[in-house]
Amino acid sequence: MAKDEFQTREFKVVGTRVPRPDGLDKVTGRARYGADMSAPGMLHGYCLRSPHAHARIVSIDTSAAEAMSGVKAVVTRADFTVTPEDQGTRDILDNVMADKKALYDGHTVAAVAATSRSAGMKALKAIKVEYEVLPHVIDVDEAMKPGAPELHEGRSQESVPEGYSQNVLARSQYGHGDIDAGFAKADVIIERSFTTAATHQGYIEPHACLATMGNDNQGDLFCCTQGHFLVRSTCAEIMGMESGRLRVTSSEIGGGFGGKTTVFLEPVALMLSKKSGKPVKMTMSRDEVLRASGPTASTSIDIKIGATKDGRITGAWGDFRYQSGAFYAMNGALGAMCGFAPYDLENLKTVGWEVVTNRPKAAAYRAPGAPMAAFAVESVMDELASSIGMDPIDFRLMNGAEEGTKSAYGPTYPAIGLKATLEAAKAHPHWSAPLGENQGRGVGCGFWFNFGGNTSVSLMINPDGTVSLSEGNPDIGGSRASMSMMAAEELGIPYRQVRTIIADTASLGENDVTDGSRVTFAVGLATIKAARHAIETMKARAAKTWGIDADAVEWVDGAAQPAGPNAGKFPPLTLKEIAATMSNTGGPISGHHEANAEGAGVSFGTHICDTEVDPETGAVKILRYTVFQDAGKAVHPDYVEGQLQGGAVQGIGWALNEEYVYGEDGTLQNPGFLDYRIPVASDLPMIEPVILEIPNPGHPYGVRGVGETGIVPPLATIANAVSRAADVRMTSLPMSPPKLLAAIKAK
Amino acid sequence: MSRIHVNTTVNGDAVDYLCEAEDTLLDVLRDTLDLTGSKEGCASGDCGACSVLVDGRLVCSCLVLGAEAEGRTVETIEGMAEGDTLHPLQKNFINKAALQCGICTPGILVAAKNLLEKNPDPSEEEVRYWLAGNLCRCTGYDKIIRAVLDTAAEMRGAA
Ligand code: FES
Ligand code: FES
Repeated sequence: MAKDEFQTREFKVVGTRVPRPDGLDKVTGRARYGADMSAPGMLHGYCLRSPHAHARIVSIDTSAAEAMSGVKAVVTRADFTVTPEDQGTRDILDNVMADKKALYDGHTVAAVAATSRSAGMKALKAIKVEYEVLPHVIDVDEAMKPGAPELHEGRSQESVPEGYSQNVLARSQYGHGDIDAGFAKADVIIERSFTTAATHQGYIEPHACLATMGNDNQGDLFCCTQGHFLVRSTCAEIMGMESGRLRVTSSEIGGGFGGKTTVFLEPVALMLSKKSGKPVKMTMSRDEVLRASGPTASTSIDIKIGATKDGRITGAWGDFRYQSGAFYAMNGALGAMCGFAPYDLENLKTVGWEVVTNRPKAAAYRAPGAPMAAFAVESVMDELASSIGMDPIDFRLMNGAEEGTKSAYGPTYPAIGLKATLEAAKAHPHWSAPLGENQGRGVGCGFWFNFGGNTSVSLMINPDGTVSLSEGNPDIGGSRASMSMMAAEELGIPYRQVRTIIADTASLGENDVTDGSRVTFAVGLATIKAARHAIETMKARAAKTWGIDADAVEWVDGAAQPAGPNAGKFPPLTLKEIAATMSNTGGPISGHHEANAEGAGVSFGTHICDTEVDPETGAVKILRYTVFQDAGKAVHPDYVEGQLQGGAVQGIGWALNEEYVYGEDGTLQNPGFLDYRIPVASDLPMIEPVILEIPNPGHPYGVRGVGETGIVPPLATIANAVSRAADVRMTSLPMSPPKLLAAIKAK
Repeated sequence: MSRIHVNTTVNGDAVDYLCEAEDTLLDVLRDTLDLTGSKEGCASGDCGACSVLVDGRLVCSCLVLGAEAEGRTVETIEGMAEGDTLHPLQKNFINKAALQCGICTPGILVAAKNLLEKNPDPSEEEVRYWLAGNLCRCTGYDKIIRAVLDTAAEMRGAA
């Protein structure tokens, strides 16, 4: 389905670098983010969080807090009387307000709403919680062992074999062929084990919301989120209200990267508002963001690949063990699906494991699960290429997936861009530039599925010929610009004539979350179809005006015109002219499109990085970095480049610095930007983006999502560069100076 | 608890407010004066989203007390454009796509303007070090650094 959408065309607007419509608000400080909204009579809400990694909540006494001046409501789990039907939503509720146990350091156990911050802080101190501290587990391999401290009971799925603790919630398996036969044919086999640390999405804007909820069970919520429709359905289920009674408006969003695809504060703020009868604003501190919002999984991965001397892979195997914090997440499975996705393999087997530990519930982080898998697979690929004396790009090209390849996760690929990115990397001057002492160059590939999903778009023709476009996905990196561009392209009018807004949940049909790199693809597709819908109506109006058949009208360059000499001789009617008379030709004109979009094309990238290692300190400097990625069609090349650059730099942080550090007691030791150090401007060189355009057959303009793939190759790319620079294979992330120095000394 | 009465100048206008002793300048700007353009990313001086100038000096407003603004001049992002005329940095940040989500943008613009006032011809490295206290998680800094360097060249050309 939807494979035949693409049609070659000359673009007028798409592919240009126009200024974004929200630019002015964002450079003047006018844009309203999650924490920038207030309401009259508003209270401030605060969470009391567990100081223990794992503890039974024996009792909570809120009476002293409730009696304090300025305190208007205190809530605990006892106030959440509805049990959501869906296990996923029950997990969310258990995460936003602990039930019988606190499952990680920072887990919310109670919350207050007060007239001021000082009153709120005093109230938190007055809440008495009696804990019975339990043994905890942080490490994924430890958590899997029988006898490990267990978080839940009876949650393991049938797929989990005997011999593991109940922390192992699921096991999944992928592959094809016969790996034993494959390895038997290999001349060289390399098998390695890898670990990666948990990292945080690190958006600069902490979670924030403003909730208003009455005892009539109607509510309004303003919050920073990647998906306000999901916030609506999740909160409504938790609050036991019909979702139509809750209106959610998304604020401008200060970064998400997957971390804002769920709820944390919102149900708590709604409950505080319901109980107090007043609007309640809640904002997380950075400490709370790091301790209690979604980091990514930490992992432990084994990879084995065998190849012939002339470079053909004969067999590949991978075991991907991912801990996702205190609740289930599908992460190990994604790693098992993505790690080998760039390659055409005859014999492959991968296994993914989902494990819980006493850490915050993992949230999606840009291509969730894939970067760690790529780190492990691409590291072994690199070693294998070296061991048979082959150029690492040639080795990948020889085994690279292409149209018709059966993918590592099952389906057969349509037209894809992997080899194009490898060829481009090989031909780029970066690949052959000279290197100095202690310097090394790495290459790595990455894959992400991309996603379509539920999408609704409305496009209104205004009486003066301007166009208003409503979409339902928060704009994270320029999507209002790209939607306006695609609408203008299809309608044949200038970009400035279209204005796109993000509608609230009461003003537009359902929209899936801004995730899976879906927006430019799926919302773009719906925008184009909504424009086509409006064009059909405008053609009919022109036909009516001319007294000819609607079939005899075509739409060219923003105007209706007779389709040929037989249709009659009439001067074209522009969109503006049709709009001006629409009340006389049948009334208002708008187009809309609603669909569960299919045909999101998969995405591949190849990265090259040069590093220099200081053998005295183990410090790594990134000297040069080039990203090659297939965008299908880059609607706004600046913002495509921005996605590639931003993804690469998040990957650099993950590879070199970023890490959740836990103490013996299971508490997070570095919940702040000083100690959880993300890359700063002085750490980095320019990041050169090279956009390739292999059209996605599933989109009218050939668009593929670009948001996530950029973070998949860097971990491996940098590890390969560092391993070559230091002449020692690095198998554990982050490659922090002490770790690298120890590896150099142990050579 | 009695509050402190502060007289100060914000973006050229005389302003007075009451604040509690522990309120930071950032709290006052955002919650009392409704100048929400300065952002709180960390409240610990590590992200630069709250960058403002106090008496011409670049500071993290989350590390300054509201009471300390007494008798000083404070400049925030809201004062950067003159009426409807954007500062060249603001214009170039839009035209050169130097923002994605935009949450870091106010702080980076305030810091970059301060840099160009002190050093109209900074090298790439100087820009990178000057902005090292301003975290951006979206862009990888590339387009930000370019926008600042291009603006500096443009402003030198115009001068
Ligand atoms: S909020 Fe002031 S430096 Fe982060
Ligand atoms: S643009 Fe999002 S943090 Fe800088």
